[in-house]
Amino acid sequence: MHATSSAFRENARRALDNAELQRALNNAESRFVDHRAEMVATIPGFEAIRDEAVAIKNHTLAHLDLYLEAYEEKVRAAGGTVHFAETADDARRIVLDICRKANAKTVAKGKSMISEEIGLNGFLEENGISPVETDLGEYIIQLRGETPSHIIAPAVHVTKRQVEADFRRAHRHLADDRDLTEPAALLAEARAVMRTKFLAADVGITGANFLVAETGTSVIVTNEGNGDLSQTLPRVHIVLASLEKLTPTLNDVSQFLRLLAPSATGQRMTVYTTFSTGPRRPGDPDGPEEYHVVLLDNGRSSMIGTEFQDVLRCIRCGACMNHCPVYQAVGGHAYGWVYAGPIGAVLTPALIGVDKAGALPNASTFCGRCEEVCPMRIPLPRMMRHWREREFERHLQPATVRAGLAFWAFFARHPWLYRTATRIAFGMLAALGRRRGRFRRLPLARGWTAARDLPAPEGTTFQAQWAERRRSR
Amino acid sequence: MTARDAVLARIRRSLGVSGADPARREAVAARLGQTPRGPATPESRLDRAARLRLFVEKAEAVKASVARVATPAQVPAAVAEFLRQNNLPAAIRLGDDPRLNALPWRTTPHLSIATGRAEPADTAALSHAEAGVAESGSVILASGPDNPTTLNFLPENHIVVVNAGDLVGDYEAGWERVRARRRGALLPRAVNFITGPSRSADIEQTIQLGAHGPRRLHIILVESA
Repeated sequence: MHATSSAFRENARRALDNAELQRALNNAESRFVDHRAEMVATIPGFEAIRDEAVAIKNHTLAHLDLYLEAYEEKVRAAGGTVHFAETADDARRIVLDICRKANAKTVAKGKSMISEEIGLNGFLEENGISPVETDLGEYIIQLRGETPSHIIAPAVHVTKRQVEADFRRAHRHLADDRDLTEPAALLAEARAVMRTKFLAADVGITGANFLVAETGTSVIVTNEGNGDLSQTLPRVHIVLASLEKLTPTLNDVSQFLRLLAPSATGQRMTVYTTFSTGPRRPGDPDGPEEYHVVLLDNGRSSMIGTEFQDVLRCIRCGACMNHCPVYQAVGGHAYGWVYAGPIGAVLTPALIGVDKAGALPNASTFCGRCEEVCPMRIPLPRMMRHWREREFERHLQPATVRAGLAFWAFFARHPWLYRTATRIAFGMLAALGRRRGRFRRLPLARGWTAARDLPAPEGTTFQAQWAERRRSR
Repeated sequence: MTARDAVLARIRRSLGVSGADPARREAVAARLGQTPRGPATPESRLDRAARLRLFVEKAEAVKASVARVATPAQVPAAVAEFLRQNNLPAAIRLGDDPRLNALPWRTTPHLSIATGRAEPADTAALSHAEAGVAESGSVILASGPDNPTTLNFLPENHIVVVNAGDLVGDYEAGWERVRARRRGALLPRAVNFITGPSRSADIEQTIQLGAHGPRRLHIILVESA
């Protein structure tokens, strides 16, 4: 996927001006936030479960090489195959090979962020295989030729009206005068269209929320049941997963399940939580005959042991973006690559380079809500600060930003000069703004005054007031 | 060097460790061997009656319907009743589960019964659960000839029999049930934790039931079993 993360500013401006998008985002924002808060309040010991889950992931990452070995052995014992992929390109080629060996023409796909990360759909199409997204949200954006704008709600940026138009355009075999005004009618149509695709597909591809070393099991959670049909009906099942999905045991997965759905959608448990271990067994009347796991590294092994290791704890619930004021304002596409919101701002520079994605860790107010709601307690704001430091060290910011910072640093290092200069400046501003109490326009502050007034300072600086108070006490 | 070896070597380099370190190997073997549970859940302390109450409450909260019958012999009539109430054809598909085969199907002669995996035309399927989980109202189903996985997803209506004696407090106890019914180390090919009927909120975050899986999930709870 071509990244436009470096154009975050322009992307964000376009998003703010897009009335349809703003309607969709406003609708989603409060639902996610309220549903999560209500559910979390009903789960006894939620904070203790978070601590436990963090400890499990830290332990797993510290022994990841050994858990991978154990996992691979169990998958093999169950009759499946694990394929390691160092890069996105390797992963794509492994998937294509499996599809070719299966003589696949169509592939039914459950929702997978790794598939987006490696740009699988475009690649399969170029090679004559048609992938069909089966998650309703993913299907909608596939029809629109878009990418997901949210980890768990890929079509959150699309309104009902737009879905109706897309369905009329894509489902030409249905009557023109059918009524599609209600979401229920849209869902029923998608269900019927998708049935034939599930039954026709030669290969099913799903992601994985967890991989279990104890049993060689892959776990998916869905509400629709599309992931299960995708992996049960076709002859071959391919699981796409990244290394950090490894979890030691089924009991450990239980802890993560107590965090995932409540943080993501505010459900206690997702409708379908499915544990798959290898292909169809002798005597089984259904299930795939082949079971493959493609394990993607794509830079993750190099994040271990760095200040970014903790981001590998992420269980992709999307709570950080649901609670992010920047995401709420501009939506996911402005981030310009696969992962949006605070997790995207930290993960994207690691996966595609800070030179291409340096704008993302700057798209934050550091309000800290993401870290507060992250079930895995990932210190997202601190990591964004790390990326800003790296960006500065590598001289990636524009000259004006660097000059501004250098100018400020000079004053900060000369306290006497700083105090004198600010006293004069704020004294002047206070005198100028005394009559109205605010400025409508101010040179060098147009970025601020374009959208709102700047309150005039009261006259003395904070430092001066502080010193005054200490003296009078 | 294979991709596998390269990835493992890179992880070890990043961690500054060796794959041969006996202390690390021991820590991993211990965790995988002992599969420690996390802190005890409040649901794990419930008695049988409280588990049953909570299970029904949670299942209904996620829009499953629950019918309670006293004995297994009443299950066929409960199945027929559910189909009638929802104006569905008097037909079900089920697997080869001995617990279902043993039911007195002659008491519902008008009900036509097909066996095997689900076919696209099936309107209703019947499965027997390994367990029900009180903490979430989920039923746990295990794949195999007894309860083919396609029954859980293809038909629009899914009826699941669960014995009150198989209701457990939490997920961990559910796994104990799944393992208790099998010999050997392998898990069933698919284990489904099912929590209510299929749904989607992908269109304007409005929840709609009946996405790709069943529109209805009907649980028949057998109190004496």
